[in-house]
Amino acid sequence: MSIVYPIDSMKVHPSRAFAGYKSTAKRHPVKPLIIVPHTMSELTGPVYGHDAIRPGDEDLTAHGKTGEPLGERIVLHGYVLDEDARPVPDALVEIWQTNAAGRYIHVGEKHPAPLDPNFTGAGRALTDKDGHYKFVTIKPGAYPWGNHHNAWRPAHIHFSLFGRSFLSRLVTQMYFPGDPLLEYDPISQSVTDLKARARMICSFDLDNTVPEWALAYRFDIVLRGRDATPMEH
Amino acid sequence: MSGLTPSQTVGPWFAYGLTPNGQYDWSDLATGNLITPDVAGDRIRIEGVVSDGDGAPMPDAMIEIWQADGQGRLPVRGGNGATPNTSFKGFGRSPTDPKGLFWFDTVKPGAIAAPDGKPQAPHILVAVFARGLLTHLYTRLYFADEAANASDPILKLVPADRRDTLIAKKETRGGKTVYRFDIRIQGEGETVFFDV
Ligand SMILES: [Fe+3]
Repeated sequence: MSIVYPIDSMKVHPSRAFAGYKSTAKRHPVKPLIIVPHTMSELTGPVYGHDAIRPGDEDLTAHGKTGEPLGERIVLHGYVLDEDARPVPDALVEIWQTNAAGRYIHVGEKHPAPLDPNFTGAGRALTDKDGHYKFVTIKPGAYPWGNHHNAWRPAHIHFSLFGRSFLSRLVTQMYFPGDPLLEYDPISQSVTDLKARARMICSFDLDNTVPEWALAYRFDIVLRGRDATPMEH
Repeated sequence: MSGLTPSQTVGPWFAYGLTPNGQYDWSDLATGNLITPDVAGDRIRIEGVVSDGDGAPMPDAMIEIWQADGQGRLPVRGGNGATPNTSFKGFGRSPTDPKGLFWFDTVKPGAIAAPDGKPQAPHILVAVFARGLLTHLYTRLYFADEAANASDPILKLVPADRRDTLIAKKETRGGKTVYRFDIRIQGEGETVFFDV
C-alpha cells in the first residue's frame, strides 16, 4: 500500500506570519519556501511500537508523588485518521498541559498559580488497530501570557503526533467546547478556516463519561496522507 | 474525505513533555543522541544555533531529524525498498539551550535512492518547531565534503545563491568530526525551507 500526500489540504494550517500573535513577526521565513518532490526521506518516518510507551504513560492522574492531582478528572480519547478518514494505527500521541490551576511545571514559567506535586502534565499513548487512543488526565486551566494587554490562553492540551511518515508529523493544541476565551485567542484564531478551527475543539462525550468518576471528551485528529488505492463506492 | 487537523505552535513550555532530558521527571522519547552500539556509519556531531529575524538566538526551539544510517538504510518496517536494519532509530530530537544551540550525536548517512532511482546526496531531514512558529518548518542538511551535492536533485531546485544555507560545514574538534548547521529563520542568510 502506498500513501499519497496532497499539498492542497495543507492550506488549513495557519500562516506563519499572523499579526495577532506577536512572536510570529521575527520567527517566520520571508523568502518563499521551495517546492520539492517527495522522496524516500519524506515518505518514511520513525516507527513506534509498544516499546515507546510504558504502562501508565497514558494516565496523567497516576504520575503523582503522593496521590491523585487536584482538578476535574477527565477521560480524553479519540481516533487518529488519515485524509480518507481511515484509521492510523500505531500513531504515537504525546501530550502536555497545565495543571488545574493553569500552571506548567516548566522552570521558566512565572505564572503565580500553584504547582501540584501530584501532576506533571505529560503523557504518551499509541493508537490501536482502529486508530483509537485514550488518556486519563485532569482539565487544564487558563493562563495569562504577554502577547497583549489582559491576554489569556483558553484551556488547552498540547498534542504531538507521529503518523505514517515525516510528512504526517503534527504538533497542535486541543481546546474545550464553549470556552469564552477562544474568541480572544490569536493562536487558535490563526486558523482562519472556521471549519478547520472547529476541528481543534474536542466534544463532550456523554456515552464515554464514567458514572461517579470522570467526564469524557472526544478529540479526533486527521493527519496528512491518503490511501493511494481509490475508495470503493 | 476529511480535512486536516490544523497545526499550532509548540509554545514555550514543551520541554517537560517533549525534551525532558533528565531535567524533568518524564521519560525521553528521543534525544540528541542517536548512536546505538550496532549502528553502521562514521560517528559525527551536528550542532547549530537557531536564530530569529534580528539574528537573536532562539532558546525555545526544538529540532527534530530523520535520517538513514551510514549505508543509506532508513530504519522503517517493510515496503519501499528500505531495509530494516539495526536498533538505530534514525530519529533525533533536541531542544535549543539558552544560547539557541542544538546538537545531535549520530552517524553520517549514506546516499539514499530517489523515486526515479537516481541517488540523492547524503542528507538529513530537519523539522523546526518553536514558540512563535505556528506551523513547523522543513529543511534539509547536506554535508560540505560531499561531491554528490553537485548532482543532488533536490539541491538543484534551490537557487544557487541560497544553497549554502543547507550545507553543514565540517570541523574537527578534539579528534571528533563536527558539522555546523546554523538555522536562520528569517533575515540575512535565511535558511532555505521546503514546501513539501
Ligand atoms: Fe500552552
